[in-house]
Amino acid sequence: MSRVPVPDVRVADSTLTTDGPILSVEDLTVVYDSPLGEVRAVDGVGLSVDRGEFVGVVGESGCGKSTLLFAVARLLSPPARIAGGSVTFRGVNLVTMTDRELNHLRWRHYSVVMQSAMNALNPVISIGAQFKDAIEAHARYTKQEILERSTEVLQLVGIDPVHLRSYPHQLSGGMRQRAMIAMALLFTPDLVIMDEPTSALDVVAQRSLMVQIKELQQRLGFAVVFVTHDMSLVSHFSDQLLVMYAGRVVEAGPTRTVFDTPAHPYSQGLLDAFPSIRGPRVPLTGIPGAPPDLRVPPPGCRFAPRCPHSRDVCHRVEPHLYEVGPARSRCLRHVPELYEVEVEEVAT
Amino acid sequence: MTATVDPVPVSPATGPQPAGGGQQPPLIETRDLTRHFKVGGVLSRRTLHAVDDVNLRIGRKEIVALVGESGSGKSTIARLLARVYTPSSGDIRYQGRSLASMRTRRRSMAYRGDVPMVFQDPFSSLNPAYRVSHGIMRGLKLHRHDIGRAERRAEAERVVHAVGLTPAGEILDRFPYELSGGQRQRIGFAQALAYRPKLIIADEPVSMLDVSIRIGLLNVMAALREREGVSFLYITHDLASARYVSDRILVMYAGHIVESGPTEDVLAAPKHPYTRLLLSAVPDPRAPLSMDAASDRGEPPRVIDPTPGCRFRRRCPLAIDRCAVETPLPRHLAPGHAAACHVAS
Repeated sequence: MSRVPVPDVRVADSTLTTDGPILSVEDLTVVYDSPLGEVRAVDGVGLSVDRGEFVGVVGESGCGKSTLLFAVARLLSPPARIAGGSVTFRGVNLVTMTDRELNHLRWRHYSVVMQSAMNALNPVISIGAQFKDAIEAHARYTKQEILERSTEVLQLVGIDPVHLRSYPHQLSGGMRQRAMIAMALLFTPDLVIMDEPTSALDVVAQRSLMVQIKELQQRLGFAVVFVTHDMSLVSHFSDQLLVMYAGRVVEAGPTRTVFDTPAHPYSQGLLDAFPSIRGPRVPLTGIPGAPPDLRVPPPGCRFAPRCPHSRDVCHRVEPHLYEVGPARSRCLRHVPELYEVEVEEVAT
Repeated sequence: MTATVDPVPVSPATGPQPAGGGQQPPLIETRDLTRHFKVGGVLSRRTLHAVDDVNLRIGRKEIVALVGESGSGKSTIARLLARVYTPSSGDIRYQGRSLASMRTRRRSMAYRGDVPMVFQDPFSSLNPAYRVSHGIMRGLKLHRHDIGRAERRAEAERVVHAVGLTPAGEILDRFPYELSGGQRQRIGFAQALAYRPKLIIADEPVSMLDVSIRIGLLNVMAALREREGVSFLYITHDLASARYVSDRILVMYAGHIVESGPTEDVLAAPKHPYTRLLLSAVPDPRAPLSMDAASDRGEPPRVIDPTPGCRFRRRCPLAIDRCAVETPLPRHLAPGHAAACHVAS
């Protein structure tokens, strides 16, 4: 395996800005080339993350949330490709960068925590050796410095540094996931991108990991983009929430606003799909139907076939993201001139 | 795709059902059910205590939820009840008869037909090479001698319809890859239903599905109980869904049942500190963040060669000296509500 030469960090760092949003994604489109045509897995998605902000991205399987995350981190591989839009990280556009240029930024300025720690960690190399690999690929540290830094980050996530000598199978699921987070923090990045890091854990371990991520974030000041299918998981931790459906953002806004007053019928449906642990037991229905086939997305609103509020116009006119208070929602109900007119027509 | 999934309009669990129905024996009950596994090599032979001294009972038309974290022994109980594993010690009694006494093929086939399992992963539990009808028809052929060959198709359509898939005839001729995850899991239930079962053991049937369709499957369980009179052992780690669908709840920790009782009683007034911990960790967007679970690292307990004493004591905020020497036995603290804890009251 040829190793990318260790970058000269001074050159790369000078091009990064320190003001404005840390990450800004505009009109990002990702397509998968398939023999049956292009599949737009991510379609014109926009996203902005401020310094130290926690942004949750939620949606069901196949909605494009993981593809979005991989595109932002520039980790896509064929048949997926970025077909349009930009990903601006601290003032530089990641989409147009070469791998060598990206290597300056990766791990040092932004890092990724993958879903399954058992698969993301190398099973035949000790934790310490994996930390060393990561450090050596991105900076010049002496042996002593590597050891010190590895010890430091493990302590940061509450794991005894003796585990630097341990292999992944010797750690519990929760510890492996925390080791992954420690690894992502080796260079104290500005942005940590997380792909369902808690989904393999049970509720107690999940809660403890979420609390720890939040504490570390507040202490070290990095921003987090957190992808999950479980909307209730991020309810107490994220500042901003992005709800995705069929490759598009259907609702975005401050987390509390989205939870308290969901503007889009899909967000409402997702919230109503969770039985409550407190209060009266009420019959729920979930959301009937299944997400659309993205090779042939339905005309008009993509959620219309499953939507309890859909009218004829929803199947014809494609909604934009409309401002609704502090949030934005992709639903024609926010455009009375289109949505209400029809009722009158029907009435007369 | 023209197939639709009917929302099954049946309310979830409305209250505790009579467990066992008066003088009758319960549908199924276990007595000191224990299953150990040997682990390690010849020189370091150790014993993993997956299930230890479990006493549980499931009544007719009852939905019982079995909750606990991964590795607590939930699935081992499921496999013991389904006779995939044989108990290391203890006994399972089905309608008053010990399973150990069911030795003939006829008896054991009859039991398998009465107590089928539904698996977690709908993507690997259906044979991709056959149409959906294959698995259902096979079940009918093996377990339903009351139905003639000519009537099997009609019965297959009935069970597919009963789990909320329409048009049933069309669905039966599909291949699994043509169905969504939720539809496949409904087929899993239809296959089990084709046996005309008394008790369906559902091992995490919704955990692989998207949140928006999970509720639909839970409603199917409630509807099957209502209309077909089936009992369920619903195994899950999700307390909220357990509350939605079950009459009674059993909480498992490290091979022991630490708390059992009517679902509402257990969740409204949890007695065992582990149940409290579980409950506080459930993410609930409607309630303020509870920080009780924050200090807990969520480390799994040691179940390989465990020493006597409460297995939860190292994580327990209430632990006293006695917990380290004496294993707590379940004590009845309220009507039908028991907890295995020295301190709980």
